[in-house]
Amino acid sequence: MWLVPLLPILSFFAILFFGKRLRNRGHMFGIAAIGIGFVLSLIAFIELATGRAAVEKAWTWFEFAHGESLHLEFGMHYDFLTGVMFLVVTTISLLVHIYSTGYMLDDDRYTIFFAFLSLFTGSMLLMVIANNLLMLFVGWELVGICSYFLIGHWWEEKENSSAAIKAVITNRVGDVGMLFGIFALFVATGTFNIEAINNLAHEGELGGTILTAGGLLLFAGVVSKSAQFPLYVWLPDAMAGPTPVSALIHAATMVVAGIYLVARMFLVFEAAPVVLDVVAIIASITMLLAAGLALVQDDIKRVLAYSTVSQLAYMTAALGVGAYTAGVFHLFTHAFFKALLFLGAGSVIHAAHSNNMSDMGGLKEHMPHTFRTFIIGSLGLAGIFPLAGFFSKDEIIGGALRSASELGRASSWVVLIAATVTAFLTALYMTRAVIKTFWGTYRGQGHPHESPGSMVTPLWVLAFGTITVGFLGFPVIGPFKSWINVPGEAHHDFEALYNLILPIGATVVAVLAIWIGIQFFYRERWRLDILGGPFGWIYRFVANKYYLDDFYLKGIVRPIQYPVARATYWTNQKVLDGAVNGVAIATVALSKPTYDVLDQQVIDFAVNGAAGLTGYSGGLLRYMQSGNVQRYAAVLFAAVAVFVALFALT
Amino acid sequence: MPISYFLVLSALLFSIGVYGVLARQNAVLVLLSIELMLNSVNINLVAFAAQFGENGVGGQIFALFIIAVAAAEVGVGLAIVILIFRNRQSVDIDEMSLMKW
Repeated sequence: MWLVPLLPILSFFAILFFGKRLRNRGHMFGIAAIGIGFVLSLIAFIELATGRAAVEKAWTWFEFAHGESLHLEFGMHYDFLTGVMFLVVTTISLLVHIYSTGYMLDDDRYTIFFAFLSLFTGSMLLMVIANNLLMLFVGWELVGICSYFLIGHWWEEKENSSAAIKAVITNRVGDVGMLFGIFALFVATGTFNIEAINNLAHEGELGGTILTAGGLLLFAGVVSKSAQFPLYVWLPDAMAGPTPVSALIHAATMVVAGIYLVARMFLVFEAAPVVLDVVAIIASITMLLAAGLALVQDDIKRVLAYSTVSQLAYMTAALGVGAYTAGVFHLFTHAFFKALLFLGAGSVIHAAHSNNMSDMGGLKEHMPHTFRTFIIGSLGLAGIFPLAGFFSKDEIIGGALRSASELGRASSWVVLIAATVTAFLTALYMTRAVIKTFWGTYRGQGHPHESPGSMVTPLWVLAFGTITVGFLGFPVIGPFKSWINVPGEAHHDFEALYNLILPIGATVVAVLAIWIGIQFFYRERWRLDILGGPFGWIYRFVANKYYLDDFYLKGIVRPIQYPVARATYWTNQKVLDGAVNGVAIATVALSKPTYDVLDQQVIDFAVNGAAGLTGYSGGLLRYMQSGNVQRYAAVLFAAVAVFVALFALT
Repeated sequence: MPISYFLVLSALLFSIGVYGVLARQNAVLVLLSIELMLNSVNINLVAFAAQFGENGVGGQIFALFIIAVAAAEVGVGLAIVILIFRNRQSVDIDEMSLMKW
């Protein structure tokens, strides 16, 4: 199993050292490594599914024994959660690699691109298999730095390189929190081992303030990595990278790291209800904000980016309400259709040479394969039966309903409402994107054409995945539930509640949204003069990103700034000036004698004397700096001889 | 053999090295003299390890380290000498006093 993360990392070095010689053949290493990794993880998963126990292996990394001993492990832990993540990461990454051979064909830095693609995948796999928090953190940071390189792949343009920097810095904010969280848990438990910490939290031996603090700090890392409110701002900017990278970031490697962390440390989060509430509320806010933003973007990749933010919030919310299985399942299904959508968008961008939907339109005839797969992806995202998104979304809404009604948690009600509204908005913005891209007349430059086979094949594979993987989580009979459940005991069983009303209701919501979307954007039967009409303020509100940037400036900085400034001014005029003037007058009176005697006579003499002395001694000493190395050496040896003599005599 | 044999040999070698470093004009020969000094240290280390080392090979290992470092040092040194020669057509160490005041 440890081969799976190792291979892509080895391939990174292989491409780095030999890639240049195989002009534009560098992808061979990466595809081979990840292909083997995929087969291995498939075998391992089948073994696991047929009844093999979870694997835990550890080697001592190093050991300290200062007072109390500190034992650091380098180990792996392979269970169903890891297995599912392995499958997702290797599948998506393999397809992205293949797709990139077409998409990046003419790129100047083709080789290095594949090197980082491999490392990106490898570090994510390393993070997933880690059995202790420190190793997980190593993988976590590696993922972060790879995303920096890949987002900034076209660094010649200032915009791209600053997007990469923004991604790293925003992530840093959360990572600091996460590091402190890890330390807090370590201080409380004395171990970095995830399993051990989880068990301690579950048995109630670890609890109280330190658990809550640790959980909240860990969640800070999740907020930044998985792009939750208020740190989601880096993800849309990360669209500056090449589209295959966006697909990889969004579907498999980067942003799901945060969700994975919550899932992995779930027992810790569960033991601290306050943290779960915070998780649920943050996720609810995020999913609504991001879905709204996706509705007004023109850049097709930004639509998908905000959609990812919103869907990640779905997963986070599922974990927040305790619907562990549903959250991981949504991660699993989302990887397929979001990778599909991104690669489809990449194909469209490849053809139209523009990211903006206002330069597209009418691509239905020109790109039949892309069109069909994109439709499948959109329906999957919108949650239409029987595509993947349908099953996982209903699980989440069902989980929220159960938590809200049976446990009576207020935050679960918030999640329930937010999730339903978001489901509606999701279907609406995807309808809008599809219509603006594929219907109507072509508004861009040149003649669009279908993408090459290396790009279309991954699309169909992912489309197939989008159609089928949902059935793994089919209510009652789907095997996913027996694979992924809360470690320790399976006390969150949502099947009893899974009645027919919920999925039908969710489907109705989605279909309604699609219908409304068609009325608005295709038939144009209904129109809002959106900038001037009664709802204009809503549009402007969303289009300006909820004035979040303005809020940071005007809402926080100014109100503090102005009263403080006014108060300061008043204090300045009335209090300080009086004092200052008084002091000034007294000072003037005193200063004349001071100047004449103290300054002129005493201080000046001391200062000038010191300067003169320094100059004089410097002049003498500079003759020692002859510049002749051998003279220096002679002095050195003479000094050594003198010291040796001194030591010998005493 | 008494250890003083080795120490005397080493001291002689070291002194020759010091002389070379201090008195030679040619930068390449200065570097060679430094090698002599380093090797005299190696003789010391190996001799002490052989005489007093209790089942340990610390002295030998240190000698190996010194050989490795010496190789690196000579590599850098010769590179500098070559660059200076290219610029000034001379490796006379007395003329290399450009950095003084």
